[in-house]
Amino acid sequence: MPKKVRIPTPLRKLTNDEEVIEVNADTVGGAIAELQTKFPGIQERLLDENGGVRRFVNVYVNEEDIRFLQNQQTVLKDGDEISIIPAIAGG
Amino acid sequence: MDTNNGFMKALKCRECGREYPLAATHVCEFDFGPLEVVYDYDRIKASLTVPVIRSRPQSMWRYRELLPVAGDPTVGQQVGFTPLVKADRLAKRLGIRELWVKNDTVNYPTLSFKDRVVSVALSRARELGFTTVACASTGNLANSVAANAASAGLKAYVFIPSDLEQGKVVNSLVYGANVIGIRGHYDEVNRLCAEIAGKYGWAFVNVNMRPYYAEGSKSMGFEIMEQLGWKVPQHTVVCMASGSLLTKIHKSYQEFAKLGLVPETKYKIHGAQATGCSPITTAQKAGMDFFKPVKPNTIAKSLAIGTPADGFYALKVMKETGGSGEDVTDDEVREGIKLLAETEGIFAETAGGVTVGVAKKLIASGHIPPDASAVLCITGNGLKTLDAVVGHVGQTREIKPSLREFEALLERETRLVTA
Repeated sequence: MPKKVRIPTPLRKLTNDEEVIEVNADTVGGAIAELQTKFPGIQERLLDENGGVRRFVNVYVNEEDIRFLQNQQTVLKDGDEISIIPAIAGG
Repeated sequence: MDTNNGFMKALKCRECGREYPLAATHVCEFDFGPLEVVYDYDRIKASLTVPVIRSRPQSMWRYRELLPVAGDPTVGQQVGFTPLVKADRLAKRLGIRELWVKNDTVNYPTLSFKDRVVSVALSRARELGFTTVACASTGNLANSVAANAASAGLKAYVFIPSDLEQGKVVNSLVYGANVIGIRGHYDEVNRLCAEIAGKYGWAFVNVNMRPYYAEGSKSMGFEIMEQLGWKVPQHTVVCMASGSLLTKIHKSYQEFAKLGLVPETKYKIHGAQATGCSPITTAQKAGMDFFKPVKPNTIAKSLAIGTPADGFYALKVMKETGGSGEDVTDDEVREGIKLLAETEGIFAETAGGVTVGVAKKLIASGHIPPDASAVLCITGNGLKTLDAVVGHVGQTREIKPSLREFEALLERETRLVTA
Protein backbone atom coordinates (compact mmCIF):
# COMPACT_ATOMS: atom_id res chain seq x y z
CA MET A 1 0.00 0.00 0.00
CA PRO A 2 1.53 3.34 -0.94
CA LYS A 3 1.82 6.23 1.50
CA LYS A 4 -0.45 9.25 1.29
CA VAL A 5 0.51 12.91 1.46
CA ARG A 6 -2.22 15.42 2.34
CA ILE A 7 -1.59 18.69 0.55
CA PRO A 8 -2.72 21.90 2.29
CA THR A 9 -5.00 24.31 0.42
CA PRO A 10 -2.25 26.88 -0.32
CA LEU A 11 -0.24 24.26 -2.24
CA ARG A 12 -3.02 22.68 -4.27
CA LYS A 13 -2.41 25.08 -7.13
CA LEU A 14 0.82 23.16 -7.66
CA THR A 15 -0.81 19.74 -7.50
CA ASN A 16 -3.64 20.36 -9.99
CA ASP A 17 -5.97 20.87 -7.01
CA GLU A 18 -5.37 17.33 -5.78
CA GLU A 19 -5.70 17.03 -2.01
CA VAL A 20 -4.07 13.63 -1.53
CA ILE A 21 -1.00 12.42 -3.41
CA GLU A 22 0.30 8.85 -3.22
CA VAL A 23 4.03 8.31 -2.82
CA ASN A 24 6.31 5.30 -2.51
CA ALA A 25 9.26 6.92 -0.72
CA ASP A 26 10.67 5.36 2.45
CA THR A 27 11.35 8.57 4.36
CA VAL A 28 9.74 11.97 4.73
CA GLY A 29 12.66 13.55 2.87
CA GLY A 30 12.18 11.03 0.09
CA ALA A 31 8.47 11.82 -0.05
CA ILE A 32 9.23 15.53 -0.50
CA ALA A 33 11.68 14.74 -3.28
CA GLU A 34 9.09 12.50 -4.91
CA LEU A 35 6.51 15.33 -4.73
CA GLN A 36 9.06 17.58 -6.41
CA THR A 37 9.49 15.21 -9.37
CA LYS A 38 5.71 14.97 -9.78
CA PHE A 39 5.06 18.69 -9.17
CA PRO A 40 8.14 20.81 -9.84
CA GLY A 41 8.34 23.88 -7.63
CA ILE A 42 6.75 22.32 -4.57
CA GLN A 43 10.05 21.61 -2.88
CA GLU A 44 11.11 25.24 -2.51
CA ARG A 45 7.81 25.94 -0.76
CA LEU A 46 8.54 23.31 1.83
CA LEU A 47 12.31 23.49 2.23
CA ASP A 48 14.56 26.52 2.68
CA GLU A 49 17.98 27.12 1.01
CA ASN A 50 19.64 24.83 3.54
CA GLY A 51 17.34 21.94 2.77
CA GLY A 52 15.59 22.12 6.13
CA VAL A 53 11.82 22.24 6.46
CA ARG A 54 10.70 25.91 6.45
CA ARG A 55 10.01 27.19 9.93
CA PHE A 56 6.33 27.86 9.26
CA VAL A 57 5.64 24.43 7.83
CA ASN A 58 4.58 21.59 10.13
CA VAL A 59 4.88 18.06 8.80
CA TYR A 60 3.12 15.15 10.53
CA VAL A 61 3.37 11.42 9.99
CA ASN A 62 0.19 9.75 11.26
CA GLU A 63 -0.49 12.86 13.31
CA GLU A 64 2.95 12.99 14.98
CA ASP A 65 5.03 16.10 14.34
CA ILE A 66 8.24 14.97 12.59
CA ARG A 67 10.20 17.22 14.93
CA PHE A 68 9.34 14.68 17.63
CA LEU A 69 10.37 11.86 15.30
CA GLN A 70 13.43 11.91 13.05
CA ASN A 71 12.57 14.99 10.96
CA GLN A 72 13.10 14.30 7.28
CA GLN A 73 14.80 11.00 8.11
CA THR A 74 11.56 9.70 9.62
CA VAL A 75 10.93 6.28 8.11
CA LEU A 76 7.60 5.65 6.39
CA LYS A 77 5.70 2.38 6.32
CA ASP A 78 2.96 1.29 3.94
CA GLY A 79 -0.27 3.15 4.49
CA ASP A 80 1.33 6.00 6.49
CA GLU A 81 -0.31 9.40 6.17
CA ILE A 82 1.84 12.48 5.87
CA SER A 83 0.14 15.85 6.50
CA ILE A 84 1.64 19.19 5.60
CA ILE A 85 0.12 22.01 7.63
CA PRO A 86 1.10 25.68 7.72
CA ALA A 87 1.88 26.67 11.34
CA ILE A 88 -0.88 28.52 13.11
CA ALA A 89 -1.96 29.12 16.65
CA GLY A 90 -3.92 31.29 19.03
CA GLY A 91 -6.27 30.07 21.61
CA MET B 1 -10.80 57.89 1.28
CA ASP B 2 -10.77 54.25 0.26
CA THR B 3 -14.12 53.12 1.68
CA ASN B 4 -13.45 49.59 0.50
CA ASN B 5 -10.55 48.98 2.83
CA GLY B 6 -10.78 51.60 5.55
CA PHE B 7 -7.22 52.49 6.53
CA MET B 8 -5.78 49.11 5.51
CA LYS B 9 -3.47 48.79 2.52
CA ALA B 10 -2.73 45.07 2.10
CA LEU B 11 -1.76 41.81 3.77
CA LYS B 12 2.00 41.28 3.87
CA CYS B 13 4.13 38.19 4.59
CA ARG B 14 6.22 38.69 7.74
CA GLU B 15 8.92 36.43 6.35
CA CYS B 16 9.45 37.42 2.72
CA GLY B 17 7.43 40.63 2.37
CA ARG B 18 5.17 39.49 -0.47
CA GLU B 19 1.85 41.40 -0.46
CA TYR B 20 -1.67 40.03 -0.87
CA PRO B 21 -5.20 41.46 -1.16
CA LEU B 22 -7.23 41.97 2.04
CA ALA B 23 -9.15 38.67 1.85
CA ALA B 24 -9.56 35.76 4.31
CA THR B 25 -6.06 34.31 3.90
CA HIS B 26 -3.41 33.94 6.56
CA VAL B 27 -0.37 32.32 4.98
CA CYS B 28 2.06 33.38 2.31
CA GLU B 29 1.74 31.18 -0.75
CA PHE B 30 5.48 31.10 -1.17
CA ASP B 31 6.91 30.18 2.23
CA PHE B 32 3.88 29.75 4.50
CA GLY B 33 4.95 32.78 6.47
CA PRO B 34 2.16 34.49 8.43
CA LEU B 35 0.44 37.47 6.83
CA GLU B 36 0.03 40.75 8.67
CA VAL B 37 -2.22 43.73 7.96
CA VAL B 38 -0.41 46.80 6.64
CA TYR B 39 -1.92 50.24 7.31
CA ASP B 40 -1.75 53.65 5.66
CA TYR B 41 -0.19 55.45 8.62
CA ASP B 42 -0.06 58.81 6.86
CA ARG B 43 -3.84 58.86 6.50
CA ILE B 44 -4.30 57.50 10.02
CA LYS B 45 -2.10 60.26 11.46
CA ALA B 46 -4.46 62.86 10.04
CA SER B 47 -7.53 61.09 11.41
CA LEU B 48 -6.54 59.61 14.80
CA THR B 49 -5.60 62.30 17.31
CA VAL B 50 -5.89 62.53 21.09
CA PRO B 51 -8.98 64.80 20.99
CA VAL B 52 -10.68 62.49 18.48
CA ILE B 53 -9.95 59.44 20.63
CA ARG B 54 -11.24 61.18 23.75
CA SER B 55 -14.48 62.09 22.00
CA ARG B 56 -15.33 58.49 21.23
CA PRO B 57 -17.16 55.94 23.44
CA GLN B 58 -15.10 54.03 25.99
CA SER B 59 -14.51 50.83 24.06
CA MET B 60 -11.64 49.29 22.11
CA TRP B 61 -13.07 50.89 18.98
CA ARG B 62 -11.99 54.39 19.97
CA TYR B 63 -8.76 53.48 18.13
CA ARG B 64 -10.58 52.12 15.10
CA GLU B 65 -8.27 53.51 12.43
CA LEU B 66 -5.62 51.10 13.73
CA LEU B 67 -7.98 48.11 13.68
CA PRO B 68 -8.50 46.09 10.49
CA VAL B 69 -12.17 46.69 9.77
CA ALA B 70 -13.10 48.78 6.74
CA GLY B 71 -16.40 50.21 7.95
CA ASP B 72 -18.05 50.49 11.36
CA PRO B 73 -17.65 47.40 13.56
CA THR B 74 -20.84 45.34 13.64
CA VAL B 75 -19.80 42.90 16.37
CA GLY B 76 -18.48 43.77 19.82
CA GLN B 77 -19.01 47.51 19.81
CA GLN B 78 -18.78 47.58 23.61
CA VAL B 79 -15.69 45.45 24.05
CA GLY B 80 -12.65 46.70 25.86
CA PHE B 81 -11.63 49.81 27.78
CA THR B 82 -11.24 47.64 30.85
CA PRO B 83 -9.83 49.13 34.07
CA LEU B 84 -6.13 49.83 34.48
CA VAL B 85 -5.81 49.32 38.21
CA LYS B 86 -3.04 50.89 40.30
CA ALA B 87 -1.90 47.91 42.33
CA ASP B 88 -0.17 49.45 45.35
CA ARG B 89 -0.69 46.49 47.70
CA LEU B 90 0.62 44.00 45.16
CA ALA B 91 3.51 46.31 44.33
CA LYS B 92 4.53 46.34 47.96
CA ARG B 93 4.37 42.55 48.22
CA LEU B 94 6.45 42.13 45.08
CA GLY B 95 8.96 44.80 46.03
CA ILE B 96 8.46 47.20 43.14
CA ARG B 97 7.88 50.96 43.24
CA GLU B 98 4.87 51.13 40.93
CA LEU B 99 2.62 48.43 39.49
CA TRP B 100 -0.48 48.51 37.33
CA VAL B 101 -2.83 45.70 36.44
CA LYS B 102 -4.60 45.84 33.07
CA ASN B 103 -7.71 44.00 34.11
CA ASP B 104 -9.23 42.05 31.24
CA THR B 105 -10.83 39.64 33.75
CA VAL B 106 -13.86 41.90 33.36
CA ASN B 107 -13.79 42.36 29.60
CA TYR B 108 -17.18 42.37 27.95
CA PRO B 109 -18.91 40.05 27.15
CA THR B 110 -16.95 36.91 28.05
CA LEU B 111 -14.46 38.02 30.69
CA SER B 112 -11.23 37.58 28.74
CA PHE B 113 -9.07 39.56 26.36
CA LYS B 114 -10.28 37.30 23.55
CA ASP B 115 -13.34 39.52 23.11
CA ARG B 116 -10.96 42.06 21.58
CA VAL B 117 -9.69 39.78 18.83
CA VAL B 118 -13.08 38.18 18.20
CA SER B 119 -14.84 41.50 17.87
CA VAL B 120 -12.41 42.41 15.09
CA ALA B 121 -12.48 39.00 13.41
CA LEU B 122 -16.26 38.73 13.35
CA SER B 123 -16.81 42.30 12.19
CA ARG B 124 -14.35 41.70 9.38
CA ALA B 125 -15.80 38.23 8.59
CA ARG B 126 -19.19 39.91 8.13
CA GLU B 127 -17.60 42.45 5.76
CA LEU B 128 -16.15 39.58 3.74
CA GLY B 129 -19.55 37.88 3.49
CA PHE B 130 -19.16 34.94 5.91
CA THR B 131 -22.18 33.53 7.76
CA THR B 132 -20.47 30.76 9.74
CA VAL B 133 -17.55 31.47 12.06
CA ALA B 134 -15.31 29.01 13.88
CA CYS B 135 -12.18 28.65 15.95
CA ALA B 136 -9.69 26.25 17.51
CA SER B 137 -9.45 27.13 21.17
CA THR B 138 -7.95 26.43 24.56
CA GLY B 139 -11.14 27.81 26.03
CA ASN B 140 -11.41 31.59 26.16
CA LEU B 141 -11.55 32.01 22.42
CA ALA B 142 -14.34 29.45 22.12
CA ASN B 143 -16.37 31.31 24.76
CA SER B 144 -15.86 34.60 22.97
CA VAL B 145 -16.66 33.30 19.50
CA ALA B 146 -19.76 31.52 20.81
CA ALA B 147 -21.07 34.60 22.59
CA ASN B 148 -20.23 37.19 19.98
CA ALA B 149 -21.52 35.00 17.15
CA ALA B 150 -24.81 34.58 19.00
CA SER B 151 -25.16 38.34 19.46
CA ALA B 152 -24.42 38.86 15.77
CA GLY B 153 -26.69 36.10 14.46
CA LEU B 154 -23.77 34.17 13.01
CA LYS B 155 -23.51 30.37 13.11
CA ALA B 156 -20.56 29.10 15.17
CA TYR B 157 -18.42 25.97 15.43
CA VAL B 158 -15.85 25.92 18.21
CA PHE B 159 -13.20 23.21 18.52
CA ILE B 160 -11.63 22.55 21.92
CA PRO B 161 -9.58 19.83 23.62
CA SER B 162 -12.20 17.54 25.21
CA ASP B 163 -10.55 17.71 28.66
CA LEU B 164 -11.01 21.46 29.00
CA GLU B 165 -12.24 22.95 32.31
CA GLN B 166 -15.99 22.51 32.70
CA GLY B 167 -16.52 26.23 33.21
CA LYS B 168 -15.16 26.94 29.78
CA VAL B 169 -17.10 24.12 28.09
CA VAL B 170 -20.47 25.13 29.54
CA ASN B 171 -19.54 28.71 28.81
CA SER B 172 -19.49 27.95 25.10
CA LEU B 173 -22.44 25.55 24.94
CA VAL B 174 -24.83 27.98 26.60
CA TYR B 175 -24.74 30.37 23.65
CA GLY B 176 -25.95 27.67 21.29
CA ALA B 177 -22.64 27.23 19.49
CA ASN B 178 -21.63 23.86 18.08
CA VAL B 179 -18.90 22.73 20.49
CA ILE B 180 -16.67 19.97 19.18
CA GLY B 181 -14.38 18.33 21.75
CA ILE B 182 -11.24 16.80 20.29
CA ARG B 183 -9.57 13.96 22.18
CA GLY B 184 -6.12 15.49 22.05
CA HIS B 185 -4.24 18.61 23.07
CA TYR B 186 -4.59 22.05 21.57
CA ASP B 187 -1.98 21.65 18.82
CA GLU B 188 -3.93 18.68 17.48
CA VAL B 189 -7.15 20.68 17.57
CA ASN B 190 -5.38 23.40 15.64
CA ARG B 191 -4.10 21.05 13.02
CA LEU B 192 -7.58 19.63 12.43
CA CYS B 193 -9.01 23.14 12.13
CA ALA B 194 -6.47 24.05 9.49
CA GLU B 195 -7.70 21.09 7.49
CA ILE B 196 -11.37 21.94 8.07
CA ALA B 197 -10.84 25.61 7.22
CA GLY B 198 -9.34 24.55 3.92
CA LYS B 199 -12.36 22.44 3.14
CA TYR B 200 -15.42 24.48 4.19
CA GLY B 201 -16.13 28.13 3.55
CA TRP B 202 -16.05 29.19 7.20
CA ALA B 203 -14.33 32.13 8.85
CA PHE B 204 -11.96 30.48 11.35
CA VAL B 205 -10.99 33.44 13.47
CA ASN B 206 -7.53 32.13 14.30
CA VAL B 207 -6.88 30.38 11.01
CA ASN B 208 -7.96 32.09 7.78
CA MET B 209 -9.01 35.29 9.60
CA ARG B 210 -5.89 35.36 11.74
CA PRO B 211 -4.25 38.51 10.31
CA TYR B 212 -7.35 40.55 11.26
CA TYR B 213 -8.03 38.68 14.49
CA ALA B 214 -4.52 39.20 15.83
CA GLU B 215 -4.69 42.97 15.40
CA GLY B 216 -7.46 43.19 18.01
CA SER B 217 -4.87 42.54 20.75
CA LYS B 218 -3.26 45.91 20.04
CA SER B 219 -6.26 47.56 21.68
CA MET B 220 -5.05 46.31 25.07
CA GLY B 221 -1.82 48.22 24.53
CA PHE B 222 -3.58 51.34 23.20
CA GLU B 223 -5.76 51.45 26.30
CA ILE B 224 -2.80 50.96 28.63
CA MET B 225 -1.02 53.93 27.07
CA GLU B 226 -4.09 56.16 27.16
CA GLN B 227 -4.93 55.17 30.72
CA LEU B 228 -1.37 55.88 31.87
CA GLY B 229 -1.75 59.40 30.53
CA TRP B 230 -0.47 58.91 26.98
CA LYS B 231 2.81 57.19 27.67
CA VAL B 232 4.37 53.78 27.20
CA PRO B 233 4.98 51.69 30.36
CA GLN B 234 8.63 51.04 31.23
CA HIS B 235 7.97 47.35 31.72
CA THR B 236 5.10 45.17 30.53
CA VAL B 237 4.66 41.52 31.50
CA VAL B 238 2.57 39.48 29.05
CA CYS B 239 1.68 35.80 29.21
CA MET B 240 2.28 33.74 26.10
CA ALA B 241 0.36 30.93 24.45
CA SER B 242 1.07 31.48 20.76
CA GLY B 243 3.04 34.61 21.61
CA SER B 244 0.69 36.75 19.52
CA LEU B 245 -0.51 39.07 22.32
CA LEU B 246 3.05 39.96 23.30
CA THR B 247 3.99 40.88 19.73
CA LYS B 248 0.86 42.99 19.30
CA ILE B 249 1.42 44.88 22.57
CA HIS B 250 4.83 45.83 21.13
CA LYS B 251 3.22 46.83 17.84
CA SER B 252 0.67 48.98 19.68
CA TYR B 253 3.45 50.87 21.50
CA GLN B 254 5.31 51.39 18.25
CA GLU B 255 2.22 52.59 16.37
CA PHE B 256 1.27 55.20 18.96
CA ALA B 257 4.84 56.50 19.01
CA LYS B 258 4.91 56.58 15.21
CA LEU B 259 1.67 58.57 15.17
CA GLY B 260 3.01 60.99 17.78
CA LEU B 261 0.34 60.01 20.32
CA VAL B 262 2.94 59.08 22.94
CA PRO B 263 6.56 60.20 23.34
CA GLU B 264 9.16 57.78 22.01
CA THR B 265 10.69 56.11 25.04
CA LYS B 266 12.56 52.91 25.72
CA TYR B 267 10.49 50.06 27.09
CA LYS B 268 10.88 46.38 27.89
CA ILE B 269 8.36 43.64 27.22
CA HIS B 270 8.73 40.45 29.25
CA GLY B 271 7.15 37.10 28.38
CA ALA B 272 5.53 34.71 30.86
CA GLN B 273 4.78 31.02 30.47
CA ALA B 274 4.00 28.01 32.61
CA THR B 275 6.99 25.70 33.12
CA GLY B 276 4.90 22.78 31.85
CA CYS B 277 4.60 24.50 28.48
CA SER B 278 7.44 26.95 28.06
CA PRO B 279 8.93 26.60 24.60
CA ILE B 280 9.34 30.37 24.19
CA THR B 281 10.73 31.31 27.59
CA THR B 282 13.08 28.31 27.55
CA ALA B 283 14.49 29.52 24.24
CA GLN B 284 14.73 33.10 25.52
CA LYS B 285 16.64 32.10 28.62
CA ALA B 286 19.05 30.07 26.49
CA GLY B 287 19.60 33.00 24.15
CA MET B 288 18.12 31.15 21.17
CA ASP B 289 16.24 32.69 18.23
CA PHE B 290 14.08 29.61 17.70
CA PHE B 291 12.15 27.36 20.05
CA LYS B 292 11.78 23.60 20.32
CA PRO B 293 8.15 22.41 20.22
CA VAL B 294 6.96 20.69 23.42
CA LYS B 295 4.05 18.57 24.55
CA PRO B 296 2.17 20.73 27.09
CA ASN B 297 1.57 19.58 30.65
CA THR B 298 0.33 22.39 32.88
CA ILE B 299 -2.76 23.58 34.77
CA ALA B 300 -2.50 26.76 32.70
CA LYS B 301 -4.50 25.21 29.91
CA SER B 302 -5.16 28.53 28.19
CA LEU B 303 -1.41 28.82 27.58
CA ALA B 304 -0.91 25.18 26.56
CA ILE B 305 0.34 25.59 23.01
CA GLY B 306 3.39 23.45 22.33
CA THR B 307 4.11 24.85 18.87
CA PRO B 308 3.54 28.61 19.23
CA ALA B 309 3.23 30.14 15.77
CA ASP B 310 4.28 33.58 17.00
CA GLY B 311 7.12 32.12 19.06
CA PHE B 312 9.84 33.46 16.75
CA TYR B 313 8.40 36.93 16.77
CA ALA B 314 7.86 36.94 20.52
CA LEU B 315 11.52 36.00 20.98
CA LYS B 316 12.47 38.82 18.64
CA VAL B 317 10.41 41.37 20.59
CA MET B 318 11.92 40.33 23.91
CA LYS B 319 15.39 40.56 22.39
CA GLU B 320 14.80 43.93 20.72
CA THR B 321 13.30 45.53 23.80
CA GLY B 322 15.74 43.92 26.23
CA GLY B 323 12.90 42.06 27.94
CA SER B 324 13.21 38.67 29.62
CA GLY B 325 11.30 35.42 29.57
CA GLU B 326 10.47 33.43 32.67
CA ASP B 327 8.22 30.54 33.63
CA VAL B 328 6.53 29.29 36.80
CA THR B 329 5.45 25.92 38.19
CA ASP B 330 1.82 24.96 38.70
CA ASP B 331 2.13 25.72 42.43
CA GLU B 332 3.59 29.12 41.66
CA VAL B 333 0.67 29.74 39.28
CA ARG B 334 -1.80 29.08 42.09
CA GLU B 335 0.20 31.32 44.41
CA GLY B 336 0.08 34.03 41.78
CA ILE B 337 -3.70 33.79 41.49
CA LYS B 338 -4.09 34.00 45.26
CA LEU B 339 -1.65 36.86 45.63
CA LEU B 340 -3.46 39.00 43.05
CA ALA B 341 -6.82 38.19 44.60
CA GLU B 342 -5.72 38.85 48.18
CA THR B 343 -3.89 42.11 47.47
CA GLU B 344 -6.02 43.70 44.76
CA GLY B 345 -9.36 41.89 44.80
CA ILE B 346 -8.88 40.63 41.25
CA PHE B 347 -9.57 36.94 40.58
CA ALA B 348 -7.65 35.86 37.50
CA GLU B 349 -7.56 32.55 35.71
CA THR B 350 -4.40 30.44 35.56
CA ALA B 351 -2.86 32.59 32.82
CA GLY B 352 -3.12 35.53 35.20
CA GLY B 353 -1.45 33.47 37.91
CA VAL B 354 1.37 32.82 35.44
CA THR B 355 1.78 36.53 34.77
CA VAL B 356 1.86 37.47 38.44
CA GLY B 357 4.18 34.58 39.31
CA VAL B 358 6.58 35.52 36.55
CA ALA B 359 6.51 39.21 37.49
CA LYS B 360 7.43 38.17 41.03
CA LYS B 361 10.43 36.21 39.74
CA LEU B 362 11.57 38.94 37.36
CA ILE B 363 11.46 41.54 40.13
CA ALA B 364 13.29 39.22 42.53
CA SER B 365 16.00 38.55 39.95
CA GLY B 366 16.39 42.21 39.08
CA HIS B 367 15.26 41.87 35.47
CA ILE B 368 12.60 44.35 36.50
CA PRO B 369 14.40 46.75 38.86
CA PRO B 370 12.74 47.61 42.19
CA ASP B 371 12.48 51.32 41.37
CA ALA B 372 10.68 50.68 38.08
CA SER B 373 7.07 50.94 36.96
CA ALA B 374 5.43 47.90 35.39
CA VAL B 375 2.12 46.84 33.88
CA LEU B 376 0.82 43.28 34.15
CA CYS B 377 -1.57 42.15 31.41
CA ILE B 378 -4.16 39.97 33.13
CA THR B 379 -6.08 38.22 30.41
CA GLY B 380 -8.95 36.19 31.85
CA ASN B 381 -11.32 35.68 34.76
CA GLY B 382 -10.70 33.14 37.52
CA LEU B 383 -14.26 31.83 37.46
CA LYS B 384 -13.27 30.07 34.25
CA THR B 385 -10.55 27.96 35.82
CA LEU B 386 -11.99 27.16 39.24
CA ASP B 387 -10.64 23.60 39.03
CA ALA B 388 -7.14 24.97 39.28
CA VAL B 389 -7.66 26.57 42.70
CA VAL B 390 -10.26 24.31 44.30
CA GLY B 391 -8.66 22.76 47.35
CA HIS B 392 -5.92 25.37 47.46
CA VAL B 393 -7.76 28.33 48.87
CA GLY B 394 -8.54 27.09 52.34
CA GLN B 395 -11.86 25.99 53.74
CA THR B 396 -15.02 27.51 55.13
CA ARG B 397 -15.35 27.07 58.88
CA GLU B 398 -18.74 25.57 59.69
CA ILE B 399 -20.74 26.19 62.85
CA LYS B 400 -24.33 25.86 63.97
CA PRO B 401 -26.49 29.03 63.89
CA SER B 402 -25.42 29.88 67.43
CA LEU B 403 -23.78 33.07 68.68
CA ARG B 404 -21.93 31.08 71.31
CA GLU B 405 -20.42 28.84 68.68
CA PHE B 406 -19.33 31.85 66.65
CA GLU B 407 -17.73 33.48 69.67
CA ALA B 408 -15.96 30.22 70.46
CA LEU B 409 -14.69 30.06 66.90
CA LEU B 410 -13.28 33.59 67.05
CA GLU B 411 -11.72 32.93 70.41
CA ARG B 412 -10.03 29.74 69.14
CA GLU B 413 -8.65 31.58 66.18
CA THR B 414 -7.42 34.53 68.23
CA ARG B 415 -5.64 32.11 70.57
CA LEU B 416 -4.05 30.39 67.57
CA VAL B 417 -2.83 33.67 66.16
CA THR B 418 -1.39 34.99 69.40
CA ALA B 419 0.11 31.60 70.39
